[in-house]
Amino acid sequence: MGGYILKRLLLAIPVIFGITVIVFLIMAMIPGDPATAILGSYATPDNVAKINRDLGLDKPLVTRYFIWLWNMLHGDFGTSFSLNRPVIDEVLERFNNTLILAGTSFVMCTVLGIIAGSISAARQYGFADKAITFVVLLGISIPSFFLGMMMILFFAVDLRWLPVSGMYAIYGGGDLPDLIRHLTMPALALAVVATGVVARLSRSAMLEVLRQDFIRTARAKGVGEGRVIWGHALRAAMVSIIPVLGIQAGFVLSGAVYIEIVFQWPGIGRMLVDAILQRDILLVQGGVVFVAACYVIFNIIVDVAQSLLDPRIKT
Amino acid sequence: MSAFFKLLARNRMALGGLVVMGLVVVLALITPLLPLIDPDVTNTADRFQPPFSPGHLLGTDQLGRDLLSRLLWGTRLSLAVGFAAALFAAVAGAAVGIIAGFYGGRTDNVIMRGVDMLMAFPYILLALAIVAALGPGLVNALIAVSVVNIPFFARNIRGITVGLAHKEFVDAAKLAGMSNRRIILSEILPNVIPVIVIAMSTTIGWMILETAGLSFLGLGSQPPQADLGSMLGEARSALITNPHTSVIPGIMILIIVMSINLLGDGVRDALDPRLKSGALSRPMAATRVDRKDKPAARTQTEGLLSLENLHTQFHVKNRVYKAVSGVSLSVKPGECLGVIGESGSGKSVTALSIMGLVASPPGVITGGAARLEGRDMIGAPYPELRSLRGRRVAYIFQDPLATLHPLYKVGDQLIEAISCHRAISKSDGRAKAIDLLRSVRIPNAEERIDSYPHEMSGGMRQRVGIAMALANDPDVIIADEPTTALDVTVQAQILSLLNDLRRERGLAIIFITHDFGVVAQLCDRVAVMYAGRIVETGPTMAVLDAPAHPYTARLIACVPELGAGKRKLEAIPGLPPSVDELPMGCAFAPRCLRAQEACQQGEIALAGEDTRAVRCLFPETTLAEETA
Amino acid sequence: MSIALQVTDLSKTFPVGKKLFGGAKGAVKAVHPITLSVNTGETLGIVGESGCGKSTLARMLVGLIPATTGQIEIEGAALNTADPADFGKRIQYVFQDPISSLNPRKTIRQIMDAPLKLLHKMDRPAREKRILEIFDSVNLRADFLDRYPHEFSGGQAQRIGIARALAAQARILILDEPVSALDVSVQAQVLNLLADLKHEFGLTYLFISHDLAVVEAVSDRIAVLYFGSVVEEGRAEEIFANPRHPYTKLLAESAPVVGRALGDPEQGQAELPNPLNPPPGCAFANRCPYASGQCRKTVPVLEQIGPDQRVACYHPLPSA
Repeated sequence: MGGYILKRLLLAIPVIFGITVIVFLIMAMIPGDPATAILGSYATPDNVAKINRDLGLDKPLVTRYFIWLWNMLHGDFGTSFSLNRPVIDEVLERFNNTLILAGTSFVMCTVLGIIAGSISAARQYGFADKAITFVVLLGISIPSFFLGMMMILFFAVDLRWLPVSGMYAIYGGGDLPDLIRHLTMPALALAVVATGVVARLSRSAMLEVLRQDFIRTARAKGVGEGRVIWGHALRAAMVSIIPVLGIQAGFVLSGAVYIEIVFQWPGIGRMLVDAILQRDILLVQGGVVFVAACYVIFNIIVDVAQSLLDPRIKT
Repeated sequence: MSAFFKLLARNRMALGGLVVMGLVVVLALITPLLPLIDPDVTNTADRFQPPFSPGHLLGTDQLGRDLLSRLLWGTRLSLAVGFAAALFAAVAGAAVGIIAGFYGGRTDNVIMRGVDMLMAFPYILLALAIVAALGPGLVNALIAVSVVNIPFFARNIRGITVGLAHKEFVDAAKLAGMSNRRIILSEILPNVIPVIVIAMSTTIGWMILETAGLSFLGLGSQPPQADLGSMLGEARSALITNPHTSVIPGIMILIIVMSINLLGDGVRDALDPRLKSGALSRPMAATRVDRKDKPAARTQTEGLLSLENLHTQFHVKNRVYKAVSGVSLSVKPGECLGVIGESGSGKSVTALSIMGLVASPPGVITGGAARLEGRDMIGAPYPELRSLRGRRVAYIFQDPLATLHPLYKVGDQLIEAISCHRAISKSDGRAKAIDLLRSVRIPNAEERIDSYPHEMSGGMRQRVGIAMALANDPDVIIADEPTTALDVTVQAQILSLLNDLRRERGLAIIFITHDFGVVAQLCDRVAVMYAGRIVETGPTMAVLDAPAHPYTARLIACVPELGAGKRKLEAIPGLPPSVDELPMGCAFAPRCLRAQEACQQGEIALAGEDTRAVRCLFPETTLAEETA
Repeated sequence: MSIALQVTDLSKTFPVGKKLFGGAKGAVKAVHPITLSVNTGETLGIVGESGCGKSTLARMLVGLIPATTGQIEIEGAALNTADPADFGKRIQYVFQDPISSLNPRKTIRQIMDAPLKLLHKMDRPAREKRILEIFDSVNLRADFLDRYPHEFSGGQAQRIGIARALAAQARILILDEPVSALDVSVQAQVLNLLADLKHEFGLTYLFISHDLAVVEAVSDRIAVLYFGSVVEEGRAEEIFANPRHPYTKLLAESAPVVGRALGDPEQGQAELPNPLNPPPGCAFANRCPYASGQCRKTVPVLEQIGPDQRVACYHPLPSA
């Protein structure tokens, strides 16, 4: 087991390296120069040249890449000009907030999705199946940002149950109940789409498994139907559900960008969109590389979970 | 193709999706022809008009632009961009996937590492980075959305292609002299296209959502041009004061995406061959029973287990396949009854019907009884049926790899067979499981108990299957072709094991097979099945030495037997009938040399003594002669 | 009598597993060096259980997988590159699964056309004429040509597979378990058809099967394969009646035969050796009642033992 985890971690190194190359190359394609963007109306040729020198932009592309990589390996992601703050500090703070939101949604969508999909499969063509299928379809068809806006109108403006936006109340907030009140709507809105995807997948995986011969064997030896569905079938179906949870985490992280904007959640998605609109390249680069690296690690965890579940995978 | 549309039309949800989608597409197409106000003309005096105001059916937005006009033009744009992105991603992804999957090896490795790299990003990060590099704009958003979706298509199509590339028809094409390029185009591609269409139809909705999302963030279409996403984005600041400006484009996106998804699911179901054949339906816990008249209750029956006039059918759409039509048989303790027949003769369905294990839907037991010591088990309440399964009547199935759960240790599967009928402590269960493994002569039972099925050979797995059947000391074992998937040397071991067990424990065995050699060696009596009926039955040696039914006789003659040297075989011309179109009278008559007109004119009864009977008007030997 | 197919030291090794750095973890010898010859007009049966390498051997013989060592000569001409198109004109293959060997999205005519067009460059009228001739000889109706594979039963599909192999006009056919997917009543039809075609076109067959009785019924000579090697070779009527290799004897005694009492000839549950870690000597030694120290140390080679019989055993059974 330890060997398998080590092997997966070693294999992740070239992937993360590749990510930095891709991000760097994409950012290098940006037309115009950041110096002008930074200086705005102070952009005299002298000032531009000075900024370029400070940022190392006068050096060749390859050199610039390795300087950036070298600095990152030492924990230095550069300084954001728009925030005038080290990139890594901003990214860590924002990513922490995103994790609270996306993590909650991820857990919700996984648990709800698998349960809903399994019930749907176990009651194929029954009322529960049709109801779940319809709700799921609605869920995957609604834009999460639109759903978020409608939730604000209904729960915050009309019913006044929950705060409109933000992460904490401006006055007197900051404790856990306050966070939960603020978290409820965005986490739900974010989870709806992902739940739909997980539920559909679980349903088809369960249907596939339920037709297998070993299910007939279980029934033939007298195993009760509850255990057939929730023991034998679900366990076998998890083999095809778990790998998709990695991709699913990507969906949730992606959806978080919209939700953070709609609900004014101070997460990394909002930070990235702002940084792109302001051409804060170092902040974009740092943010993307950091999140992608975390995602790679998460996928390793998923693979390890898969190998724990399925003895046929050689560890 | 027409079959495809028929299937699509049968699905009412998909049809609804198609109609709505069609309306939206038509509206989008004729938008330039409609008498609409210019969507970009601002009129700040008229801003935030509510819906149904004069001149503005859906009201106006924050700049006083007509919302109806903007909605239709925006829909047009969103649809175009979504379709284009899906098409581009599908074509590029399929090309990459087919090449990687077909050539395999290094090509595959390099391409798939690249794809993995792209998939290592949460997709929005990549899209954001691309838009950041190319600058905001609708075309750039389209490029970003397609690029991030290419890996999904590539992976999917590669998987399908790898499967196809190992199919025998691809080997055949190579041997027919086809070049690789030609094989890709004429053998692989036509088989991949349905998958591409399915993948596309289920992702277009997603693509529309994604591009709308980028526009919503202000990174897609730029003012004054608007797609649905940017309309929502612009309306967000006025969400609370003037919700209609947000609700209208939002609902439109929902309608479009939902109708596309409904349609996409319909397309998927219509193109999936497994759904066509009804194979994707999930079997219920017990076979459905729908008997017109219930057989009379009886307390005394001959034999331990007896079937009386069993009828089992498969109802697929509007066809009825009569898999078993009126089978009666019985076994006594310690007796082995062989049921022999070709595929489609109904022998396995007969066996599975006894404990309600026929997959249902589509299987239905439509008549007859299966009595265990007189008690009818067909139609018995599920809890009773469950408690009999494995405890009194146990099964052994054909392919031991598919019939054991791949993720549980064999020991746990054995213990479960016991514990679902009576409470047993962990250590007792384990001790009993080891005993069981020993009783089927598995060496190192203490170690093997912790193996997974895939770690064992086929013969060992079938021994586990037998051990599982023995777990609760059942009275009857139903063995459904238990040695067909095994090699001959292993088959000999398994058969002799079964034979010893039967003698030691006084088991009644119903042994389903297609092999006369096996029947001759193991079974006391044999029943020969053809097209869902028993055509002949009797003591094994009597049937084999002097078959009375022409089918039995010819079947025995056409099987080569070891030791007879090179020779011409006595083939039976023609094919067995399909059980959804059974002819009147004897089903074998069209292939039978002895058939006369009378054979196809009415029911022929199974006639004879109770141990020896034949269903034939002109048998090869008369049974009376034989007994005399 | 001329030799139609001569195989010399043909072997196949598959790499297995992958290390993090560098090449394969191990290698599996699916086929150990095999030397065989088939005379023109003869049927050579190849019999063996699962994992004995019979399908790998067959696929090498038609160039679908390249051989690791050795060479293949067809009618005296060597074929060294593993190019199926090159092989196709001289040696053809009939597949085990008749349905999956036909592309589900092509009509039978399209399937039949390919070898005529690509291997023999025939024009359309010539192809049409040839296809009808072939269909006639395999007893298929011409109106089947415009149908799709799923409309056929297993037996019919296998006839189509045979027709396609005939279309290439190869004089040698490799029949890889051609009837094992078919029901017994249909099996006999196909076997008889194969016998008629052989007579009609002067074909040479290599008939591969796991079913001893079927192989015996169709073959002139039989080679028994165990764990990738030929362990015995001899005349069909002799080999199972008078086996010299203990494995051949075990096979013959295991086959269920009407009128023979049920028995477990091995009295145990011996299994195949691990292909990743094969024993140094005879692969059958651990199941063999006659095995000696020599058997466990060195691999016996195939040696002439009778006029028509070869056996790879240090302690061959006495001739009956």
